[in-house]
Amino acid sequence: MKDFIRGLKSGIPIGLGYLSVSFSFGILAVSLGFEWWQAVIISMTTLTSAGQLAAVNIMAASGGYVAMLVSQLTVNVRYSFMSVSLSQKVTPEFKGIKRWLFGFFITDEIFAVASAQNSVNTRFFGGLSVMPYIGWALGTLSGSLLGNILPESVMNALCIAIYGMFIAIIAPVAKASKPLLLSVAISAALSCAFYYIPLLSGISSGIAISVCAIAAAVVCALFFPVKEEEGGNE
Amino acid sequence: MNKEFFIYLAILAVSTYLIRAIPFAAVRKKITNRFLRSFLYYIPYTVLSAMTFPAAFYATGSIASAALGLLAAVVLAVKGKGLTVVAVAASIAVFISDLVLKMI
Repeated sequence: MKDFIRGLKSGIPIGLGYLSVSFSFGILAVSLGFEWWQAVIISMTTLTSAGQLAAVNIMAASGGYVAMLVSQLTVNVRYSFMSVSLSQKVTPEFKGIKRWLFGFFITDEIFAVASAQNSVNTRFFGGLSVMPYIGWALGTLSGSLLGNILPESVMNALCIAIYGMFIAIIAPVAKASKPLLLSVAISAALSCAFYYIPLLSGISSGIAISVCAIAAAVVCALFFPVKEEEGGNE
Repeated sequence: MNKEFFIYLAILAVSTYLIRAIPFAAVRKKITNRFLRSFLYYIPYTVLSAMTFPAAFYATGSIASAALGLLAAVVLAVKGKGLTVVAVAASIAVFISDLVLKMI
């Protein structure tokens, strides 16, 4: 119970952050022609920022089921790496059905907070998942209902929130580790190349993101391998 | 739209779930390979970086306001502010700079 409460508390800032981010997702979904309940169902069954962003764009453009699958696999492949990373942190009782159940809640931020722990048991991880999940659903609901009421200037401003959160996750780690700073700089530079260079810009953004991220991580893993105590695994 | 919506939703939700759950359930041993461990250390951050740049510059009313919002985010994040503070501050910075830019 103590671990559950500790997890619950650790999840509060994530839940608040998700409120504003999923609020902008709700606004965006409705502006693309979705009903409010569709946006809420998407958030409650999927629980991911970038994947949902890609998904509503594909659905709105009737992009096809294959495009949906490919975009999700490429945008979300990072979760596989996080899952493997987290599998190295959990206590021995965290196994079997519990992993199948709690695997649903592995998001960038929940992963980041869990990784900062010495070890993660089921109760802590369960508690940690509660507030982000509620925040994500509630934010989507209010965004999709209030989106039409808010002026465009407010909606534009809220659209930056998700990227602000990404920066808040990267910055503290990049500040502490030069190789990590280098890896995110390489990744950003490659991503810009895919965006601006005419031949490359035809490639779908989901695939481009995965290519950039994997290339940057491979380069830095080769030239700056982590020490034993690093890697978010010990 | 409705039937199509639920097929899209099923693909979205199931693929996102499995991509998280399968590796989490399948990897039961400690990974000792140093390259793999290093790769796992870098990958979450390189993904976030590639998603942010350059897409974030086109998320608001203008590139200038987005850039100012991102600048606010970077400054506060480097100072160690939490997720919520950084996200809200970036939004406020965008809101104000869009207002000012319109007046100019």
